[in-house]
Amino acid sequence: MIIKRFILNFPPDSGDKPLSYHLVKDYDIRINILKAEVFPGKRGSLLLELQGTASNIEKGIAYLTSQNVEVEPLEKRIRFQEEKCIDCGNCVAVCFAGALTLSAPDWKLQFDKSQCVVCELCVPACPLHLFDINFQ
Amino acid sequence: MTVKSYEEINEKIRAGKAVVLTAGEVAEMGRTASPEEIVKKVDVVTTATFGAMCSSGAIINFGHADPPIRMEKIRINGVPAYEGLAAVDTYVGATACNPDKPEYGGAHVIQELLEGKTLELEAWGKGTDCYPRKFIKTTISKETVNEAYLFNPRNAYQNYNVAVNSTKRLIHTYMGTLLPNLRNATYSTSGELSPLLNDPDMRTIGIGTRIFLCGAQGFVVWPGTQYNTAKPVNSLGVPVSNARTLAVIGNLKEMSPEFLRAAYIDKYGTTLFVGIGIPIPVLDEDMARRLSIRDDQIETSVLDYGSPGTPKLGQVTYAMLRSGFITVDGKKVRTAPVASLAKAREIAALLKNWLLAGQFELTRPVEMFPVHATLQSLKETEKEGKP
Ligand code: SF4
Ligand code: SF4
Repeated sequence: MIIKRFILNFPPDSGDKPLSYHLVKDYDIRINILKAEVFPGKRGSLLLELQGTASNIEKGIAYLTSQNVEVEPLEKRIRFQEEKCIDCGNCVAVCFAGALTLSAPDWKLQFDKSQCVVCELCVPACPLHLFDINFQ
Repeated sequence: MTVKSYEEINEKIRAGKAVVLTAGEVAEMGRTASPEEIVKKVDVVTTATFGAMCSSGAIINFGHADPPIRMEKIRINGVPAYEGLAAVDTYVGATACNPDKPEYGGAHVIQELLEGKTLELEAWGKGTDCYPRKFIKTTISKETVNEAYLFNPRNAYQNYNVAVNSTKRLIHTYMGTLLPNLRNATYSTSGELSPLLNDPDMRTIGIGTRIFLCGAQGFVVWPGTQYNTAKPVNSLGVPVSNARTLAVIGNLKEMSPEFLRAAYIDKYGTTLFVGIGIPIPVLDEDMARRLSIRDDQIETSVLDYGSPGTPKLGQVTYAMLRSGFITVDGKKVRTAPVASLAKAREIAALLKNWLLAGQFELTRPVEMFPVHATLQSLKETEKEGKP
């Protein structure tokens, strides 16, 4: 069993095909949807975590590609040195995925890694250089 | 009408009987209590801010070597330090850097010195009869230097604008990374907790005011550079853009890296996060009214950092900024701070504890700041100059 993360970009007409049903049923893959941005009639994108055997995941990805879905593996993750953080918010300003947030009541930085799309904008935005990219 | 003097309040502090609240606590209290009630109940209110303050730096005296040198060019860990102060005095500015290594600057030198690290010092002189040496390369630390004190010419801005970017291009500013098409907005003061927003006319802050500076006791020594009393104010008399400032001083050797942090703002340069706390005496009803101000009563201007002259696009309250969204040009814009409210609260709470424990007393300013001060801008007289 392995766990891998992918970003899926769909063409506008693929919205109603039961893609995830096939992944589960035909390839025995467990799917965890981390983030979905689907605009009706337009392109959509999904951030998925797939769990299954390596060969099944490979077959599942081949199936998605055959359905005109662009599949991008997410092999990078953002690492964060939490203990040095001063909760300034510079990284929050650029994090559009909503992975980095700062709000009431305590105004301490929260990092929800499952929401991270590895856009890497926070890496240069942190004035203390607390983020880096980890290749897996 | 209750009126209190500095002496009375200090007497209470010494006796461990003073009632001290943070500006956040007194803002809450002000929702139900009148200024008359507040001045009766509360003696001191602690205010604080923790943000990037570029106009900061440290004065260092290295001590004399044998044979001695008159330092006429100075590098500390490769960062240029000022060479025009006698033989072995220098000033390291937070934003100074070696252009080949822009992400490491004077701010980092100051932080590392404070942390007790060993730094490399190189200095050159022409050699004189009394200072024959021409070059020295050695190491220094907090223990080896005679004096190391922070002297920041402009800190603790009274209010600051919100930064947005209406252009199609992402821009890098000291207010953080501003995404194109008004996709984010950044702001930097601690609002209702901010020192100079709680005493907008500077009735209690002036030359000699004892403050919390980066974990140690420091002092206000002068109006900060660009001190401006002529900025527009809202209906409560609080400026709606950057107005007054402070010049502050304190012993670097006694500070804490928890409240002083070097930073590099991408494609801008280095700067220093400075923590400042100021205790404000509740002298009378007028001060009580000022101190109980809340985020929804403090306004600031939204400026477009993408356009020349940074035009004003609107005015918002800190309560709106803290809600996560503001509206600019009819568009909902996500907000994020670039200064730490969590740290500012920590400072206000720490200062409150010092006052409650009788470890910190209030000072009546030796002299007040000017009531009228405006800014000049720099005129260009030579159009031909080469960059
Ligand atoms: S990489 Fe992008 S999505 Fe992930 S935390 Fe950083 S800014 Fe947010
Ligand atoms: S920018 Fe860096 S220091 Fe500031 S809140 Fe984000 S991670 Fe923490």
